[in-house]
Order: sequence, then C-alpha cells, then structure tokens
Amino acid sequence: MSKLLERISSGATLISDGATGTYLQDHGLEPGGCPEHFNVTHPEVVEGLAGAYAAAGSDMVETNSFGGSRYMLKKYGFEDQVAAYNRLAAERARAGAAGKFVLGSIGPTGEFLEPSGTATEAEMYDAFVEQVRGLAAGGGDGFCIETMSDIGETVLAIRAAKDVTDLPVIATMTFDLGKRGYFTMMGVTPGDAARQLDEAGADVVGSNCGIAIEQMIEIIAAMRSATEKPILTHVNAGIPTIVKGEIVYPDTPEHMASLMGDLVSAGADVVGGCCGSGPDHIRAFVKAIRG
Amino acid sequence: MPELNDIQNEFVKQEIEEFIEDADERRHIIALYASAKPALQDVAASIIGGRHEVTNELTKAQLDAGLEALEIMDDGLIAGMAIVGIKFRENSIFVPEVLACARAMKAGMQHIEPILSASGVEPVGKVIMGTVKGDMHDIGKNLCIMMLRGAGFEVIDLGVDTSPDDFIEAVEEHEAQVVGMSALLTTTMPNMGRTIEAFVDADLRDETRFMVGGAPVTPDFADDMDADAYGDNAVECVEVAKRLINEFKQSN
Repeated sequence: MSKLLERISSGATLISDGATGTYLQDHGLEPGGCPEHFNVTHPEVVEGLAGAYAAAGSDMVETNSFGGSRYMLKKYGFEDQVAAYNRLAAERARAGAAGKFVLGSIGPTGEFLEPSGTATEAEMYDAFVEQVRGLAAGGGDGFCIETMSDIGETVLAIRAAKDVTDLPVIATMTFDLGKRGYFTMMGVTPGDAARQLDEAGADVVGSNCGIAIEQMIEIIAAMRSATEKPILTHVNAGIPTIVKGEIVYPDTPEHMASLMGDLVSAGADVVGGCCGSGPDHIRAFVKAIRG
Repeated sequence: MPELNDIQNEFVKQEIEEFIEDADERRHIIALYASAKPALQDVAASIIGGRHEVTNELTKAQLDAGLEALEIMDDGLIAGMAIVGIKFRENSIFVPEVLACARAMKAGMQHIEPILSASGVEPVGKVIMGTVKGDMHDIGKNLCIMMLRGAGFEVIDLGVDTSPDDFIEAVEEHEAQVVGMSALLTTTMPNMGRTIEAFVDADLRDETRFMVGGAPVTPDFADDMDADAYGDNAVECVEVAKRLINEFKQSN
C-alpha cells in the first residue's frame, strides 16, 4: 500500500488543500488565461500556491493541472503540451510543498461520450492516459480525478490511472441540489457515485465543488452509507454572491471550520476546500480538526 | 375539457400520467395533445423517447402525406419538447436524455426548416448566443442552443471567449432581438455586465434584450448586471427567450 493510502486509511482525518484557480487569479492569472500554462511562465506562483497550503497545514496539495487534458488545453492551442504541462505541474507542487503528498489533479474533459456527445471511449481514455503519464513523470503521489458529472468519463480516468501507474486514485464528483435531491448534471446520485467509483477501482471516493458545506455534509453521509472506501471532500466556500458590488464566496474560514466536525462525522476521511477557499480556510480546518 | 383518453398515443398518455404532476400544467399539456392529429402525437412520442431515427422518418412521412410543416413542428416536435422540458425541470431526466431528445428534435427540424424559410415563415425569434470574454466553457451554452433551435429559434452561435464588440457586431449584422450570455467562472461573470455596458455605450441597449445563465450566475447577479432575464437551465432558457421576444414585440 502506498504511503498516501496508508495515511488516509489510518483513521486520522487528513487535511487537503484549498482552491487553485482562486489563488492563481489573485496572483496574476487573467480571466481566460490558461492556468496550466502558468506552470511554465510563473513557476514561482505555482510553487507559492503549494507552499501556501503546506504552510497552512495541508497534508496534501493538488497540482495545477485540472484542465491539463488535451481536450481542455486545445482551447488555448496547447494540446501538444499535455506531457510537459502535467509533469511540470507535479514538479512545481513537489518543489513548493516539500514533505507533503502531491495529488495530480484531473478535471473533466469538457466533452460528452457517445452517444450523448462525439467523444469515443478510446479517445477519452487515451487523453487521460496521456495526462496521467505526465503527472506521474513529475513525481505525483496519486491522482485526484475531480468535479466529474459523468460516471463513464470518471471510470475511464480511473482505469487510465490504474492501467499505467501503481499510484492511488481518488475520484470525486460534483452534485447539485435539484427538486428530487442531489444529482450530478448527468443524473448520478451520491450513493450511485460512491458504489460505481468504488467498483471501478478508485481507492478513495468523494465529492467536491457545486454546493456549500451544509449540503456537502448530506452528500458525504449518502456516500458513506454506500461504500467502505475512504472518502475525500473539497468544499466550496459557499455559493458566490454579491457584496458591495464585488463577487465573493461568502463562507468564512470560521463558518466552515465550525461544521468540520459534522463533515467528519458524516464520513469524510480527508477534507479540503474548493472554489473560493484559501490558506486561511485550511488553517481554520486544521485547528478545528486537530485543536 | 379534453381528457387524457382523448389522446391516442399510449406512450404519450403514460408519460403525462407518470411525469406531469402539476394540475394546471397537466391540463395544458393534455389540451395541447388532444387537439393534435394522432400521427403528430406519434412524432411527439419519438421526440420524448429520444429516438432520432424514428423522428426523422415520421416527420418526412407526414410532410409527404401533405401535412403543413408548421403544424408538424407545433403539434409534433415542439409538443414533444414540452414534455421533455418538464421532465428535465423535475429531475425525472438529465442531460444525457435531454441531449438524445434534442438530437431527435434536430432530425425532425432538418425537414421542417427549409420549408418554413422557403415559404417566408419567420423563425420564432433570433437569438445571439455566446460564452463571454475570457471564458472557454461551452457545454451549458451548447445545450441552450440545442433547446432554442429545437423550439424554432434561429440561433447565431458566437462560440466561447466572445468580446463585447463581437456581440454588438452580431446583433447589428443579424438584427437579432435577444442576446444570451453564458459564463462558468466567477471571474468571467463580470464580463456579462461589461458587455451590457458596451451595448449602452453603442446606443443599442434599448433594442436588445439580454438573458444570462451559467453555473455561478444567479437571479441576483442578473439583476446586478442589469440583464433582462436569468435562466437556470437550458429548458428555462427557451421559456425566457420566448418571454423576451414577446416583450420586445409588445414594446415595439
């Protein structure tokens, strides 16, 4: 068993990191800029991102590679840079957060599989293999497949990671609260997600983004009752709102920290932040969980 | 008052029984279907079932049999999408099913559209759609476009990363009444407001209606940026676009 999985399975609650995009935008990433390109052009910012979370007390940090598949990089004309950008992403995280676990972030391709869309399974699998290889070459300790809404796509990413590396795989999906409860955009419930990601071979399952911590507690409880696997969650700092003409994520570190106990009791083994959260949130999570 | 048993198509009847719970909505849908020819109820059923090959064949067969294109569109294709929209809104179906229904709609519309435009029938309305500047995400916008086209709108798709100038140019070129803007990121959402401001500066605001949507967008944000309407999803987008077109017609 890898060290990362050993730690996650030890029974102690681990702390992951907070948002990547929010931090990069605060450090010069223009709206519409390619975040992964920053691995090349702004190494100090990407290392600083990992360093800030390491200093805040994160046990693991995610790489700046969420949109690092060839499908996403193509939107910026960087589709031939998949291997390099992902390798660099892992190296930057490693350099910035020495002694911490590095999770290779893998986000959705932005495409639908056939017959809903035009992407074939073979093509999408190849794209994930390419990204996984880059992240592994850069020294990642595992993968965090995240913000997924389609089971088919998520399973391809899990398979790709398992087929070409021996590293642990975390897979998390994003749910929205609709009229009949929690579903991903593609209609997957938290319970189904936990079961199917577990069956597909994910070592850790979970949920990230989409809703605020109060709802995430319900989602994690539903996933907990459907799987024995460890559960990870990256939670948004609430749903964005306007305060004095500025767009803000409303949930303060204190508010989120006050609900960490409930999140852990619901079944989370690893907790961290998603959109709108930063190092201050992580510091508050560490304090709430470890005292 | 028409009743469920006035509808011939068994599948449509089942769908209404199972999925349309609101009493007013059910009355409206039953009336819509009860007055439609049985053959067009079958067209609607193929849309609801997302069976694009069947929609393709049935639409063509009804045109060959001499039915008016407009009647096939209204009583068959659009009636089908009405049930699809309600099922989607109620979480009874999700994006994959809606995509299949939209594909069926498209298969039917490919026969209808050329006939309508050749005979000078105006589209329901013209809509310019784009993801705002700095934002590369297009899944939501593309879903909206499919649903709008399915409902008979002419849609000009400006793609992703659309500048205010591109929106203005498109509105002028196509003489469109409605602009739909999408954003997935909180950081690009302010570019919706900036686009609307650019229309004010270009003296085009009064003759253009703006609808906005996308993951971080809320009715409050829409108000704040002075948009005319907010849509929560692709089905609402169609309702909103219809409302804006009507408002526009009434005010002119």
